[in-house]
Amino acid sequence: MESSLFIDINLYNAIALFVVGFIGGMVSGFIGSGGAFVLTPAMMTLGVPGIVAVASNICHKFPKSLVGAMKRHKYGQVDVKLGIIMGIFAEAGVLVGKHAMTEVKHIYGDIGTSLYVSVVFVIVLAVVGSFVLRDALKMLKAEKDGNGEVAPHIVPKLAKWVQSVHIPGTMMYFSSLKARVSVLFIVPLGIATGMLAATIAVGGFIGVPAMIYVLGAPALMATATELVIAFVMGTGGTILYAMDGVVDIRLAMIILAGSLFGIQIGAIGTTYVKDSIVKFVMGIIMVIVLFSRFFYVPGYLSKLGLIDTMQESTIDLLKLLGDGTLVLALAVGGITIIVALIKGMAAHKLAQKA
Amino acid sequence: MSPKKPIAATLLFGIASLVLYTLLLMNSDLFVDWAERTIKGEKALFLVPVVVAFVFSYFHGAFTGYFWETLGLRAAKTSTTKK
Repeated sequence: MESSLFIDINLYNAIALFVVGFIGGMVSGFIGSGGAFVLTPAMMTLGVPGIVAVASNICHKFPKSLVGAMKRHKYGQVDVKLGIIMGIFAEAGVLVGKHAMTEVKHIYGDIGTSLYVSVVFVIVLAVVGSFVLRDALKMLKAEKDGNGEVAPHIVPKLAKWVQSVHIPGTMMYFSSLKARVSVLFIVPLGIATGMLAATIAVGGFIGVPAMIYVLGAPALMATATELVIAFVMGTGGTILYAMDGVVDIRLAMIILAGSLFGIQIGAIGTTYVKDSIVKFVMGIIMVIVLFSRFFYVPGYLSKLGLIDTMQESTIDLLKLLGDGTLVLALAVGGITIIVALIKGMAAHKLAQKA
Repeated sequence: MSPKKPIAATLLFGIASLVLYTLLLMNSDLFVDWAERTIKGEKALFLVPVVVAFVFSYFHGAFTGYFWETLGLRAAKTSTTKK
């Protein structure tokens, strides 16, 4: 019975996972996370049971994040201390998030869980995603008006306040913030990152904006530090799932094969771009992912009897459109990164010649 | 003058990575068997996927880094973060 947990891997499956891993890796290298939201459904489409898909996804995530974090550390973009502290609390957040999911499943069943995940998706991505995208567009416009001149890093008002609060015995200096901040502010941010990771698989959609807007880190450093958080969280998660024997190491390593090629490109790309581009890629992915949910929700509401019953074929079609939107989000992110990298390299060469 | 390309390192880590993947896929049944034994109670076997992931990340991570470098994809000399 147990053997049904592990699918036979054929060439088609392997190539599909390699390609998704590659694009996901590129996005992760650039914005610190991403790709996971496509990989789990992609594996499930290939016939992998949900729990194995989640476990194998996490198992590819921690070595990928490790490689990405080390690469970006070379570029001076990683705040290791902040990453480890956020990562430890994110680990706790994962446990809280998993517990919440189990409770919801216990009370409302599988469909209730899916609806809960969708609600979290919509709220987080609509609020945070639109905020990040708006900020990126404002920065890009300011840079355009200023003939490409990069504005100096401005610490947001909320972050200025957070940095000004002094709680004795809890203060710590962080290189990414160039300031001392109370760990008491970092704890809830780490927990929220972990909870989101346990719910929608991408904790970075909270972790990165939190480091930028609440703590005051530049986007380039926040996304690089997110890789450390993902490594800490991913290692813990992998150990937990591996103890249950549900990690399919073959699937994880095939995805890793592609994602390590991608993460190198994403990481290198960050050395050629400004904060505004990093925020733009993150914002645009979040907003497109948000739209994917609108295709899933009618099906869940219908199954829960909250709206008129829909035909199974209609629900399947909507789900396909939703999955397609997720792929679109990843593809748009990947293309934006490649374009930014090519443009950045050309500008860099020109500047060096001058 | 363009910087020297790490061709030898790319080949070395590329071969190491290829060997690891060949071993993993040729012994696919063994890894499935270990996972199933973990489910049945041999909990220490949880170390297998963790160790495999670390080993692959070292060799394949180094290979992919050198691979792009050999193709001319390098980081900008001054990171934008240091501006």
